[in-house]
Amino acid sequence: MDRYKLKNRIVNAAGRRADKAVRKFRRRNRGLGQVLGQVLRCLLLGAAGLLFAAPVFLLVSGSLMSRWELGEYLGALESGEGFIRWAWFPMYPTFSHYARLLFETPQFFTVFWNSMKIAVCSVGGQLLLAVPAAWAFAVYRFPMRKLLFTLYVVLMLLPFQVTMLSSYLVLNDLKLVNTHWAVILPAACSTYPVFLIYRSFSGIPGALLDAARIDGAGEWRIFRKIGLPLASNGILSAVVLGFLEYWSLIEQPLAFLKDQPLWPLSLYLPEISLGQAGYSFAASVITLIPPAFVFFIGQDYLEKGIAASGLKE
Amino acid sequence: MRHKRAGSEVYAGKWAWLGFLAPSLLGVLIFVCLPFLDVVRRSFTTAVTGRWTGLSNYKSVFENEAFRLAVWNTFRFTAVCLPLLVGLGLLAAVQLSRLRNNQRFKTLFLFPMAVPAAAIVLVWKMVFSSGGFLNLLLGRLGLLADGAQPDYMASGAAFWVLVFSYVWKNLGYTVVLWLAGLSSVPDSILEAARVDGASRWKCFWRITLPNLKGSLYTITVLSFLNSFKVFREAYLVAGSYPDKSMYLLQHLFNNWFVNLDLDKMAAAAVCVGMVLFGAILILQGLWDRED
Repeated sequence: MDRYKLKNRIVNAAGRRADKAVRKFRRRNRGLGQVLGQVLRCLLLGAAGLLFAAPVFLLVSGSLMSRWELGEYLGALESGEGFIRWAWFPMYPTFSHYARLLFETPQFFTVFWNSMKIAVCSVGGQLLLAVPAAWAFAVYRFPMRKLLFTLYVVLMLLPFQVTMLSSYLVLNDLKLVNTHWAVILPAACSTYPVFLIYRSFSGIPGALLDAARIDGAGEWRIFRKIGLPLASNGILSAVVLGFLEYWSLIEQPLAFLKDQPLWPLSLYLPEISLGQAGYSFAASVITLIPPAFVFFIGQDYLEKGIAASGLKE
Repeated sequence: MRHKRAGSEVYAGKWAWLGFLAPSLLGVLIFVCLPFLDVVRRSFTTAVTGRWTGLSNYKSVFENEAFRLAVWNTFRFTAVCLPLLVGLGLLAAVQLSRLRNNQRFKTLFLFPMAVPAAAIVLVWKMVFSSGGFLNLLLGRLGLLADGAQPDYMASGAAFWVLVFSYVWKNLGYTVVLWLAGLSSVPDSILEAARVDGASRWKCFWRITLPNLKGSLYTITVLSFLNSFKVFREAYLVAGSYPDKSMYLLQHLFNNWFVNLDLDKMAAAAVCVGMVLFGAILILQGLWDRED
């Protein structure tokens, strides 16, 4: 190690130590006002956060209440007189709604698997198409690259309603309307994951790739052995965001799926009437489980993905 | 010989991009670009016979009462929601960034993203119908006029319900974007200002905010695009024909699609597409100027 580097290192370390000391000093000598501010901030944020989480609590507690209890609490919604009531915990918790849903309603399984199929196939298809495309944009310089990338960004930003008719026309020609492919194929061609994954690929230094080329690695091998492992964060972000999006898809199945047996959960749930509230609560909770699972496992990736979509090119 | 191999590799590398890009590009062309050209063509013809009619589809779209209402509502929704969401997001993000351990709060704010619209519809009904939690709360606080129990979904207030549900769903997303922006504001400048005796408020106003300008553009666009997805909640709670105050462009497109008014739809899709395209290009221009 040359002298200059060594000197730099020592100075940096000293600086860091000084920073730490300053922070410690500040923490110890915080005024009463600051502490109060901190507490107040926590309380306010906590209250807002609880408001955000309250709907989930309502769903879970409702799904455990007996039919009679729910009837009593929710009666006001149907009659329009008096007010709704609620209990923090059910009087007599019961799993009967879940049992009915899982053991006596084969329809629910069909719908659940429809949703699973649409979400998993869409995200899988997206990866197959988007990861190589993102690699192409990030690593190679080719004619019309800038133009094509702008096209991808524009397509990413267009809402479904604008492209609905065009998708319908082509799906109709391909005789795919009223099959799951009508939802999956256009979703797989979405350009949003290309944009997300592009970010993590473009962080790879070109010198590394050139070194691999000089050592005789082919382009495909470089993509597989260097690109994929280094961009795994970005790819996982795209998976998490994609799953959350395609699990609660409404517009596309509404437009392209006519037969009820093909419907995903997101269209089936609202069909349940308020008279079967317990059933509806339980179905909502089950609908919530897969995305909640993905959310808690992948929250880090989710945050990174969102933050990455905010950075400009 | 070695030389030759290297040459052929460079050649392979020259075309490798096409191999990587082709599948995605093909999909995009087949499912979006080419059919959109067809839509543009259709917007100038009649739906059934395909006869050339010039601009008459566009004329009938602009004279359409429902289209005007939908455009106005969509515009109003955007004009109310965007500043509200972006502002609240910044407020929450600044507060969060001052906490040392904010992971839990971030989780709470982000979680609504994972809640499917379909699962939340029941809750919105429980909160906003005439016997719901909101009226209960207002009644307890004595803010409710005697005997009056408005049903928020069936009146002009439906619009505000939609605004609320949009903010509920998207605040976490915005907060994370703002936090990313805040963390990119160089600490050294803030530190220097503080040493020079600038107050906290002044630091925020004069240093942090100007540095967040780039983030503001992106956050606005992403929030705008997410605002189109509010149709999910609107449709699930109120169906195809909701209260007039929340009849959005998305409802209109959906209804035209159901009624097979394909010529009008084509013309409207071209119009909306052009407006959005223009907005995106302007934004890109702003980005480029920032650099």
